[in-house]
Amino acid sequence: MTDRGLESLYRELILDHYKNPRGHGVIEDADAEAEGQNPLCGDEVSIYVAFGEDGETIADVKFSGRGCAISQAATSMLMEMTKGRTAQQVAALDKDELLAEIGVPLTPVRLKCAMLGLTTLKVALHKAKGTPLPEGLAGFDELDLT
Amino acid sequence: MKAVPKLDAPALRADFPIFEQEIHGKPLAYLDSANTSQKPRQVLEGMTRFYETSYANVHRAVHVLAERATSALEGAREKTRAFLNAPDVREVIFVRNATEGLNLVAYAWGGNNLGRGDAVVVTELEHHSNFVPWQYIAQRQGAEFLMVEIDENGDPDLEQLEAIGRDHTVKVVATNLVSNSLGTIHDLGPLVTWAHEHGAIFVCDAAQAAPHMKMDVQALGADFVAISGHKMCAPSGIGALWGRAELLQSMEPFLLGGHMINSVRVDRTTWGELPHKFEAGTSPIAEAYGLGLAIDYLEAIGLDAIEAHEHELAAYALGRLGEVPGVELYGPPAERRAGVVSFNVEGIHPHDVAQILDLQGVAIRAGHHCCQPLMHKLGVAATNRASFYLYTLREEIDQLVEGLHAVRKVFA
Repeated sequence: MTDRGLESLYRELILDHYKNPRGHGVIEDADAEAEGQNPLCGDEVSIYVAFGEDGETIADVKFSGRGCAISQAATSMLMEMTKGRTAQQVAALDKDELLAEIGVPLTPVRLKCAMLGLTTLKVALHKAKGTPLPEGLAGFDELDLT
Repeated sequence: MKAVPKLDAPALRADFPIFEQEIHGKPLAYLDSANTSQKPRQVLEGMTRFYETSYANVHRAVHVLAERATSALEGAREKTRAFLNAPDVREVIFVRNATEGLNLVAYAWGGNNLGRGDAVVVTELEHHSNFVPWQYIAQRQGAEFLMVEIDENGDPDLEQLEAIGRDHTVKVVATNLVSNSLGTIHDLGPLVTWAHEHGAIFVCDAAQAAPHMKMDVQALGADFVAISGHKMCAPSGIGALWGRAELLQSMEPFLLGGHMINSVRVDRTTWGELPHKFEAGTSPIAEAYGLGLAIDYLEAIGLDAIEAHEHELAAYALGRLGEVPGVELYGPPAERRAGVVSFNVEGIHPHDVAQILDLQGVAIRAGHHCCQPLMHKLGVAATNRASFYLYTLREEIDQLVEGLHAVRKVFA
């Protein structure tokens, strides 16, 4: 159990994204950006988006932050998944699509780590484009949208 | 010099059914007792017997079960009074936990005694439970909320306190006795004296202290002291607030409803006597009885023996963890701390450390420990925390150290 448990959660792909994050950095004068925190374990992520000429397609997306391997690897995977999609498409992106990419079962606590990047990206797009807020945040009239 | 009594941890451990299982095929190393403690059979079986033979609502009916239940609840109150060395049993209010006790003081005392020009002072080491209620009530009342930072020894900086005293009318000083995240045992004497010299009340969060050391609210000199049962072998859902009778009598109630009244008319309701004024609704009766049983259990072992055992484990853990490459330790030397060791492993987030340890049967806490201001001071988002209690064995600390080597291997 022990070794298989370790291998499944911290499988090579996750450790690779954690150690070599894709899209890590800051976009100066980004068209959309947001900061997210996971108060459970102190993960922090900032996401920056630059749109293409059509003003809808994500031409570039980057993240900075610190946190556990799951939160940082999932955000790194998200950068690869969302580049080239439109704001509307990403706002509608189902969490299962990201979970399938992560590919390992997560406990409810770790699920929050894994979803931090996606939630933050959706908040950034909401601020810039008025796209729907992510699940769980919808319904808040006055978000602290820093 | 008094001989330090020893306890027999392997024998005591047999009282705790939770250890009769394996986790992920490994023996359970439960190093999360500062988060919450495990429960001995003496408490679990005693509560079951109470429910099976003596349960009814208290203080209301005249039948025999009501009498038994009332005497169980009030017996637990007297045990709690003796445990805290409080002068009067009417000063012991049963609450859900220390957090609720501290909220009671913040609302019921702060709501009538804080206003513009007043200040509430807490320290950088506070658990959010003794920080956020004061921050909130101070803002609502238009008072100032101020935080004293910790010095290089991890103690509240008394010079900062002096500076605050020169410019502000301080009405409340609120601190913990033992830090939940670093384990530091504070010498509160100077702070209590300072508070009283400046006309402030002193509110003590003893949630982390009561499980580990002999409490004496009179020697401490505080005005309010809050404890949580769940950290000291009692069930969750029960804690106690002790307060000076004259302060409690001068306060308005916190929660309102059944039991806390004297008389109710449509134009006016009068409050019941202490402690009932602060115990609205049906009490956690069996839980309070369980707290009394837990106190019996701890006192039979001896709080001084428990404290000595924890110092010994803290020293052992600091030494063993220091052997692991990349481990950074936080907090004071072993003789100044309860059984709590906070640490980080270089380059590996605490959540990942804790998850990999769990797969090896080792339970620790990873996070900010409800102490975000302190984490900010340490310059970290979170730490790992291993914490010990009377049933903790050295072998569990060894299991932790082995686990940390495995953690490093995964991230190598």
